[in-house]
Amino acid sequence: MSLQTDLLVLLPELILAIGAMALLLTGAIGGEKTAPLVSWGAIALLIASGVATVMGPDNVSAFHNAFIADGFSRFAKVLILTGAALSVLLADEFFAAEKVSRFELPVLMLLATLGMLLMVSASSFLSLYMGLELQSLALYVLAAFNRDHLRSTEAGLKYFVLGALSSGMLLYGISLIYGFTGSVDFSAIAAVTHAGTPGLGIIFGIVFLISGLAFKVSAVPFHMWTPDVYEGAPTPVTAYFATAAKVAALCLFLRAILTPFPDLIHQWRQIIVFISVLSMALGAVAAIGQTNIKRLMAYSSIGHMGYALLGLAAGTALGARGVLIYLAIYVFTNLGVFACIQAMKRGGKAVENISDLAGLARTDLKLAVVFSMLFLSLAGLPPLAGFFGKFYVFLAAIQAGLFIPAVLGVLASTVGLVYYLKVVKVMFFDEPAPGFDPVTGIGSKAIMVLSGLVALLFIFAASPVITAADAAAKALLP
Amino acid sequence: MNLPILSLVTFVPLLGALAILLMPKPNSARWIALGTTIVVFVLSLVMWAGFNPANPGFQLVEKMNWLGGGISYHMGVDGISMLFVVLTAGLMPFCIAASWESVETRVAEYMIAFLVLETMMIGVFCALDLVLFYVLFEGGLIPMFLIIGIWGGKQRVYASFKFFLYTFIGSVLMLLAIMSMYWYSGTTDIVTLLNGVHFPAHMQTWLWLAFFASFAVKMPMWPVHTWLPDAHVEAPTAGSVILAGILLKMGGYGFLRFSVPMFPSATEMFAPLVFTMSIVAIIYTSLVALAQEDMKKLIAYSSVAHMGFVTMGIFTLTHQGVEGGIFQMLSHGVVSGALFLCVGVVYDRMHTREIAAYGGLVSRMPLYAACFMVFTLANVGLPGTSGFIGEFLTMLGAYLHNSSLAIFSATGVILSAAYALFLYRRIIFGALVKPSLQAIEDLTAREITLLAPLVVITIALGFYPKPVLDVTTPAVAKLIADNKTALALDHTKVVAELHKGAGR
Repeated sequence: MSLQTDLLVLLPELILAIGAMALLLTGAIGGEKTAPLVSWGAIALLIASGVATVMGPDNVSAFHNAFIADGFSRFAKVLILTGAALSVLLADEFFAAEKVSRFELPVLMLLATLGMLLMVSASSFLSLYMGLELQSLALYVLAAFNRDHLRSTEAGLKYFVLGALSSGMLLYGISLIYGFTGSVDFSAIAAVTHAGTPGLGIIFGIVFLISGLAFKVSAVPFHMWTPDVYEGAPTPVTAYFATAAKVAALCLFLRAILTPFPDLIHQWRQIIVFISVLSMALGAVAAIGQTNIKRLMAYSSIGHMGYALLGLAAGTALGARGVLIYLAIYVFTNLGVFACIQAMKRGGKAVENISDLAGLARTDLKLAVVFSMLFLSLAGLPPLAGFFGKFYVFLAAIQAGLFIPAVLGVLASTVGLVYYLKVVKVMFFDEPAPGFDPVTGIGSKAIMVLSGLVALLFIFAASPVITAADAAAKALLP
Repeated sequence: MNLPILSLVTFVPLLGALAILLMPKPNSARWIALGTTIVVFVLSLVMWAGFNPANPGFQLVEKMNWLGGGISYHMGVDGISMLFVVLTAGLMPFCIAASWESVETRVAEYMIAFLVLETMMIGVFCALDLVLFYVLFEGGLIPMFLIIGIWGGKQRVYASFKFFLYTFIGSVLMLLAIMSMYWYSGTTDIVTLLNGVHFPAHMQTWLWLAFFASFAVKMPMWPVHTWLPDAHVEAPTAGSVILAGILLKMGGYGFLRFSVPMFPSATEMFAPLVFTMSIVAIIYTSLVALAQEDMKKLIAYSSVAHMGFVTMGIFTLTHQGVEGGIFQMLSHGVVSGALFLCVGVVYDRMHTREIAAYGGLVSRMPLYAACFMVFTLANVGLPGTSGFIGEFLTMLGAYLHNSSLAIFSATGVILSAAYALFLYRRIIFGALVKPSLQAIEDLTAREITLLAPLVVITIALGFYPKPVLDVTTPAVAKLIADNKTALALDHTKVVAELHKGAGR
């Protein structure tokens, strides 16, 4: 295969890589006043990369099978690019309102997105690690982006230390797997594990691999960094963490487990079930006591990762389909929620307590309706979109015979309902607090409307999304 | 006629809600809501006219592709569900009219919540796909949560959370059962599941329990009824009417639509459990009702007792019992709704629901006393009112099934007379001595138009129940016949397995 065809496979990544460098130069030469230009340039690049992803070749691999472009990676990439583009849009308005213009932020987001695209395309452990580290290094800086704020620097440092630890565990797992199978290539490993009984070394390797990946998706018991990072990072960066980064990590998780180890399902399934159930339970219970809305969202995301992992535990194409549908809905819902959180401002200053939302329905009914609709969608209440995400994950879990985890899951979702309803109650039942500043940003408004419509109308347009996710999952697990 | 009448009945309320969204002034919101609900009621009557009572199967069927993979948008009604659609559509205009003056804050939102709720409730009775059913069944929780929470009384937050969490936890277990059924049969289509899918006996047990968790809470059956009194007391008048009139009926409808026909062996096995719970509900909650100080709470407990008759009747699986159960649900929908409206009338004047705050109302409110009398007697089950037919038929069914069951439930009839008449005496009779009541006014024209049709229906159905029974009889006969066949099939299977085991 020639270099040219290899490069064509990686065209979406190349667009981002070259574009990010160009924007960095623009910013460095032009100074801070170029920040809006860089932001819009970044959004244009993300869209261009999305077009290249959709139009690009299907079912091809590049660089000696290190990267693969298939239906699965395409589905994941479109979600990641959407999450990234809308987060950049949020960030542009956020920093414009704060009267600081930083051109580095969109560039860093582009680099992190590049890493994510590589992650979901990776079909060997080496290219996986490369993409993961590119993403992580950019995310560490993003978390600490408000460098004059104690919270933000603390978040960055915590994320870095724990992230480095998890990367170490991941590498250790990869080296064990390589040592006992003789390859880092997913399909080659699958052939080895298919041929003979697995050695204990591979199992150890898988355990470390799962631990490292669980860090990245913030699943219990590796979730400790999440609330601090969510709270400390600037709101648009949190939105980015909650959407694009989660999609990338989870899709990577799917491919890195399902492609090389389909024959070891009985070994890894118990671990996945365990962390999935724990995440659902902790996410539900720990969120009840939160007073800060961003911390609440952190615990909510831990719970959501638990539900998504249940789809992985099924270990079937149906499970993967469930996870993809779940993520698609999750991305749009979360972007809307963070756009609403960004709109929580009083006298130009951001407020983050749940009690600040009191009586929002009477001071700003539209915001309250969108906000609570998204929360109820996250809670998984029909007829809103979030229900269908949970529905397809549980459907796959039931088919795989995971009855007890499924029952525990729905019980956890009942507990989780308490805190989602609590926020709705604060907005609709309580006496009003002073109103927020009116939402000015067109971008934020557009994101709120978009995600609100997705939450409300998904029930009518579910069929194409399900079909697309089905095709993507079949590409992963034929 | 190719008019998609069921979709119209279901979704016209949403159009009304959209219209209110565009014109959110309180007065236009009221009129739009009233107009929409009346249109929906007329449409439901058109549906009744197009319904052929002699046909026991599903009619007016609509089917469209929805989620793919055997999950479709499938609507249709049969003799069991059709009248519930009419009941829902018929009660809604009363709810809107009852809130005309008593709801002053956030009127547009209130009306939107009610219209969305109407869509969900009607959809539940029309849905012929389990996933569609589930979506609508649960979707009604959100508007009801808001109705109780925003326009409710002092303890509204507690009551709304309790209502939501109780009903939700039962339903999610049902969702898992629906998924299991999907993987066993490859479809969630109710018609397919009813005709020709037989679940193995051990699976039936689990599925039955999961569905029971949902419907028993919704019904509500003792001992999971405790959310109901709180929700009733805190909800605004119209909210109570909907709760007692429609939402409770979804539980009984669920038993008839799913538990009994789809899991016949499990139904047979668990029937004694249901009977025990029903008898406890009938006797215990009647006694609890006797001790209540709050009018709404008393009626709420009496609802639990009446629903006990319904579950008992349904699970006797006799023609009389099942038909009585359906009739009792319809009649209770009208009567309890009317009773809550009556409470609303005095509550709007005095702003208290405490029984002790009233007394001797007959001397200043004779019309009100007369209306209240009719509904109280219907609640007791006096012959000549609609309440009698349902109670009599369920007890007849119970007697056919097991005579001691009938004896226990008959006690409940006596107790219901005790608490209902006791309530009536304390509020209406006696001397009008309380100074706060000296200036109380009788029914206004609006309230008379509200209560008069309900009085007429209650008495008319008591003397001439034929229109209702004509609709339900063929469907019930089919239900029972199918149940017998399925049971026989299950028994032969069990016997065959035993033989196989013995031969080995």
